[in-house]
Amino acid sequence: MALKKDYEDIPGTFIFDADKGRLGYQLNQFCISLRLQKNRDTFGENEEAYLDNYKMTDEQRQAVLDRDWNRLLELGGNIYYTSKLAANDGINFQQLAGLMTGMGNEAYRAMMVAGGRSPEGNRYQSEWDEKEGDA
Amino acid sequence: MARITAGVGCSHVPAIGVAMDQGITEQPYWEPVFEGFERSREWMKEQKADVVFLVYNDHCTVFDASCIPTFALGCAPDFAPADEGWGPRPVPVVKNHQELASHIAQSLVLDEFDITVMNEMEVDHGLTVPMSVMFGDKTVDDEWPCLVIPLCVNVVQYPPPTGNRCYNLGKAIRRAVESFDEDLNVVIFGTGGMSHQLQYKRAGLINKEWDTQFLDRLTSDPVALSKTPHVEYLREAGSEGVEMVMWHVMRGALDDEVEEVHRHYHVPASNTAVGHIILENVKDQGKAK
Repeated sequence: MALKKDYEDIPGTFIFDADKGRLGYQLNQFCISLRLQKNRDTFGENEEAYLDNYKMTDEQRQAVLDRDWNRLLELGGNIYYTSKLAANDGINFQQLAGLMTGMGNEAYRAMMVAGGRSPEGNRYQSEWDEKEGDA
Repeated sequence: MARITAGVGCSHVPAIGVAMDQGITEQPYWEPVFEGFERSREWMKEQKADVVFLVYNDHCTVFDASCIPTFALGCAPDFAPADEGWGPRPVPVVKNHQELASHIAQSLVLDEFDITVMNEMEVDHGLTVPMSVMFGDKTVDDEWPCLVIPLCVNVVQYPPPTGNRCYNLGKAIRRAVESFDEDLNVVIFGTGGMSHQLQYKRAGLINKEWDTQFLDRLTSDPVALSKTPHVEYLREAGSEGVEMVMWHVMRGALDDEVEEVHRHYHVPASNTAVGHIILENVKDQGKAK
């Protein structure tokens, strides 16, 4: 019997569960390698050559090269791993959130200073679908 | 005998550590975050704690995806701050009470909590930020004023342990501490949270109302609170808000009857609601420490 995933109807959210962990393993192992300076240096010299050390899918590899932050999560990346790639690029957590939400750094920061994103209308996918329908 | 006398709940937002390391805590953005810890630092000094038992999570720093222990107990002599991609934080190496840690490791497994023993481990901001906010600025040449036993909990790959499991682990940690002969005053920290989501299109979620009821119920209704299902954290407090299960370890290790002696809540620090609480066992209050 399949496990019930009661968290899949939360909008704009990936829950990094065991399935995602399996799919993203090589991608995440690549990302965590960048926490060490010597690896950041080697990666910086030749990204493609460095990526050859990890058996990730072509899509994952391309998303790394493109710094497609949301795509990386869709393909099994976890934010604590992808944040290591962001740190390599000089991007902190808040700047990364500005990119992933499509809001940009200034607007995202302003939202946080004003109290953050309200849970109202952001709990269920159906609430987001309705908003899109209205637009 | 060793005793756990008080508990601290505390966020461990990495940017808080960065603000302290860069000396910008008096900037208008950060000032209200740190103001709420002034009383806490005084309180921490008054406790004269011998040992802090610190429950936290690693953020894919020391543990990569090759091995994901649900509960990992630090049994090494010391724990150096790890490089998380920006260089290690310039704070002291954390020193363990190794004898107590190994006693707890043995006691927990016989008490049917099958923890992983870590005889070598570095620690990331999950551990060092709560130390910094509670003990104030320290440089690499200083020492932390007490010993620290780290307990690292997996909250990165879903599912983390249930709140109920964490609460009961807290009780087992208490039993282990109380069966240690040396007279030690132990303060337990549960860290992480509060509401926050770092990832994807819903990033930035903050739920002050939910966080507030969580803080209230730590004192008034801890058992029912510990049975909160994971999906409620994820939906109401954000995908990374589920870290708060670690606070139940702290709460479980205290008496049923506690008094809240301090609380601090502020939005934001970076992407996160900063929450902090100090709980004292009522029967230990006023006793000479």
